[in-house]
Amino acid sequence: MTAQESLKARRDGALDALVRSVPYIQFLGVTFDRRGDELTATLSYNARLIGNPVLPALHGGVTAGFLEITALVELAWHCTRAALEDGRPQAEDIAAGGAFHIPKTIDLTVDYLRPCRPQDCYARAQINRSGRRYASVHVEAWQDNRTRLFAQATGHFLMPPRPPDG
Amino acid sequence: MSDDDRARREKLARRFTEALPFSKALDMRIDSFGVAVAGMSMPYSGFIVGDPGTGIVHGGAVSALLDTCGGLAVFLHPEGTAPTATLDLRIDYMRPAKPGHRIHAWAEVYNTTRTVAFVRGIAYDTARDQPVAMLTGAFTFAKKAL
Repeated sequence: MTAQESLKARRDGALDALVRSVPYIQFLGVTFDRRGDELTATLSYNARLIGNPVLPALHGGVTAGFLEITALVELAWHCTRAALEDGRPQAEDIAAGGAFHIPKTIDLTVDYLRPCRPQDCYARAQINRSGRRYASVHVEAWQDNRTRLFAQATGHFLMPPRPPDG
Repeated sequence: MSDDDRARREKLARRFTEALPFSKALDMRIDSFGVAVAGMSMPYSGFIVGDPGTGIVHGGAVSALLDTCGGLAVFLHPEGTAPTATLDLRIDYMRPAKPGHRIHAWAEVYNTTRTVAFVRGIAYDTARDQPVAMLTGAFTFAKKAL
């Protein structure tokens, strides 16, 4: 394996371990797809996610959770990338999900733009500011059409303490 | 609102909320009804955990409870005529919920226009004066014509 392939495998393994370690991410059924430094979250449709059986539409709480998860994973991933590049977290830490320090949500504002239809959803987060303590993240979510968002959110997060360099 | 009207609305609200698959999946329960006010709760369980290291509940599960409770408060508004949908939801997280404890929510409609209901609410575990999260939201509303 070349050094480049090994780094890619380590990155994919770390992302997978992060996502698998959080029960609520598993419960909603959110997965992440990585292309270079860009993450896309997918919420796979499941009948238990319905909040309005008449329309039908997904529960607003599912949308809020999906957007919050997308923001948190983007931030945790952003913090972990640099460390992975200098080879800091050990393979066994990554397998245990222990290489991650998940930020804490301070607040989240969700803007519901259209009903979320009973089908798969996608979301991407953009970190607008990430300081030593606080981060501000914007998330967009859509279904069939990337330009027709069904929801967007902005949140503030408390960053985990940085591990000492070494 | 007459007693009959209130009883009818409460029955509808209970039937409606308890039929929501996602609320059922989180085992949410209605604890109290009032005029444009509602109380709900859900049990702690392993699958709503957001931090596996500490067992702390994911913020998304708390916001799902608050969103449902806010929607129920709008449904219980005596001047409302149609089902509601969330337009805007802001959740402020005050502190982590204590692992193992039931999470309670309370929400009220504090103002309405012809088309919008403004809602506020809180989520707490052991004591209502120590909130876990606060909700501020705007919901769709269709006010009864006078």
